[in-house]
Amino acid sequence: MTAQSLVPLIQLHDVWKTYVMGEEKLDVLRGVTLTINKGEFVAILGPSGSGKSTLMNQLGLLDVPTKGKITLEGRDLTTLSENEMALVRGKTIGFIFQQFNLIPTLTAVENVMLPTLFQGIAEEERVVRGRKLLTMVGLDHRMDHKPGQLSGGQQQRVAIARSLVNDPSIILADEPTGNLDSISGAQIFEMLIHLHRDEHKTVILITHDEELAHHAQRIAYMKDGRVDRIEEKATKNSSRKRPRAE
Amino acid sequence: MLKDFFKLSLQEIRHRRMRSYLTLTGIIIGIAAVVSLISLGQGLQNAIAGQFASLGNDKLFISAKGNSFNPGLSIDAVWIMDKDLEIVRRTSGVTLATGFVTTTAAIEYNDQARYFMVYGESTDPDERALLGESNNYKLASGRVLDKGDTHKVTIGSAYQDETLFGKSIGLGNTIIVKGIQFKVVGIMEKTGSPPDDQAVGMPIDTYEELFETNGALGMIVAQTQVGEDPVEVASEITTALRHSRNLKEGNEDFTIQTPQEMAAIFSSILDIVQIVLLGIAGISLLVGGVNVMNTMYTSVLERTRTIGLMKAVGAQKHHILTLFLIESGIYGLVGGIIGVGIGVGIAKLVELVFILVTGPSFLSVEISWVLIFGTLLFSFVVGCISGVAPALRAAKLHPVDGLRYE
Repeated sequence: MTAQSLVPLIQLHDVWKTYVMGEEKLDVLRGVTLTINKGEFVAILGPSGSGKSTLMNQLGLLDVPTKGKITLEGRDLTTLSENEMALVRGKTIGFIFQQFNLIPTLTAVENVMLPTLFQGIAEEERVVRGRKLLTMVGLDHRMDHKPGQLSGGQQQRVAIARSLVNDPSIILADEPTGNLDSISGAQIFEMLIHLHRDEHKTVILITHDEELAHHAQRIAYMKDGRVDRIEEKATKNSSRKRPRAE
Repeated sequence: MLKDFFKLSLQEIRHRRMRSYLTLTGIIIGIAAVVSLISLGQGLQNAIAGQFASLGNDKLFISAKGNSFNPGLSIDAVWIMDKDLEIVRRTSGVTLATGFVTTTAAIEYNDQARYFMVYGESTDPDERALLGESNNYKLASGRVLDKGDTHKVTIGSAYQDETLFGKSIGLGNTIIVKGIQFKVVGIMEKTGSPPDDQAVGMPIDTYEELFETNGALGMIVAQTQVGEDPVEVASEITTALRHSRNLKEGNEDFTIQTPQEMAAIFSSILDIVQIVLLGIAGISLLVGGVNVMNTMYTSVLERTRTIGLMKAVGAQKHHILTLFLIESGIYGLVGGIIGVGIGVGIAKLVELVFILVTGPSFLSVEISWVLIFGTLLFSFVVGCISGVAPALRAAKLHPVDGLRYE
């Protein structure tokens, strides 16, 4: 893999996030500069309190930085309105959360279809997508179950299906296996690898688990609100990469 | 898309069943109160308008100012006198006129005494007919009072009931009015108004002797000639009476009313009563609205995480706003539908009770589609408005804050 083949997707330039609590100011991000390239599998690794969740909110367009610039495919996002951000977020980014964040009153397939509701997609198309994705994650027999009737691993699979329903280019996974037993966790992680390898998604994994992080092509180590160092693991992953000609 | 939002909202409402029922109850009570009160009020107004309309608009009612219905109750009462009746009779445009006088007196029967209305009426058949039309009194059995009847009375239908004197009073029985014995010769039909059904009628001459009225009358009823404008006849009578009573214009101590005017007075009184009742019903609806608001605030708070998630997966402000407004609108609409049903039921029940107690045709409840759809729309709007503030709060929620909420 050479530098020329890399196309920047999300770029953070000197991003600061400061929280004001009464008199005190707390700099959670202190000048993060980071580039995520198209089709990459990046892990953001750091202990709790290192600022990695706050960084995830910036990467996921869930929050605006106090200072600095974020660009998506060269487009400056910091000037966007809240609604424009929501629109870009809904189309471009699929979220997978540690807590699954499924809506308890909706069935599995309705949960998967939820993000399409805000994109104005016709109902038939939405149902087709929802069923197809649930089948893909192996839950075709659980379509009409509510989250409460599903195991943790199954819930997270529903969440993965949901993250894919608008066909986003980026999958942002925040400790996706943190609430799962090791077997379910391994299955979920396999799905992430599959999304990167076979579906050509850009996968950003936020974790404190170094072992998991080593499956990524690059690891950004977070420390005290900064990216401390970046470790390239290109050689290990290139062998698993799809052939270029495909 | 709106359909899906409806589905989402309905699912939420169903999910919180108990609270939804309680919230609905608030709206239902308010709407049911509004609907039943309007229907009953309208029914009462129609009934009264109908009664006055049945009098015909060719009659005039002349009474002393301030005591048209209860002569003798005011301390310095002025009176319409016998000689006024003669003047009315002589006025051009008047074909017939008769006097009518009432008071309350002790009625004795079966060794019990109770106070009821006693009235004096003319024994002339035409005059009595004129009065009968005005009073809605119709003979049920026996005969009416004739010229030469002295110690004879007709009684209302209520006396057939044993509860008044422990024994029902029938034709041929003798009752004592103000210490004098009278024989019952006729019984009137039920009118539905208790004071009328308990009234005792006697010849006006007898009445004047018994109560020493010195010629004072409670009211004069005049029939105007066909083709004459009753209003003009009324003004002629006014002039004539003013002359005979030595009064300046504008200082009349008597009033002349047409049935329409009397109906209008009743109707305006009813309007006020109805406005007051509606105000009370409105307060209960307001409380229902506040209740919806409270529920919606709780709902927004409970679903903070869900809202955060929706925003994370691309929901814009207006999506969240719509979702919550639909939810509160559903409370308003569903509460409205049930409330209208119950309100109509209550109105019909009251109507039934009235019919059982006072006989038919006194109160006929009117259910108008305008009222029903107007109320539903109003209820829906109340629901939506109550949801605006909570929905705005939800729409403004920052996705990160929502997702972080425990």
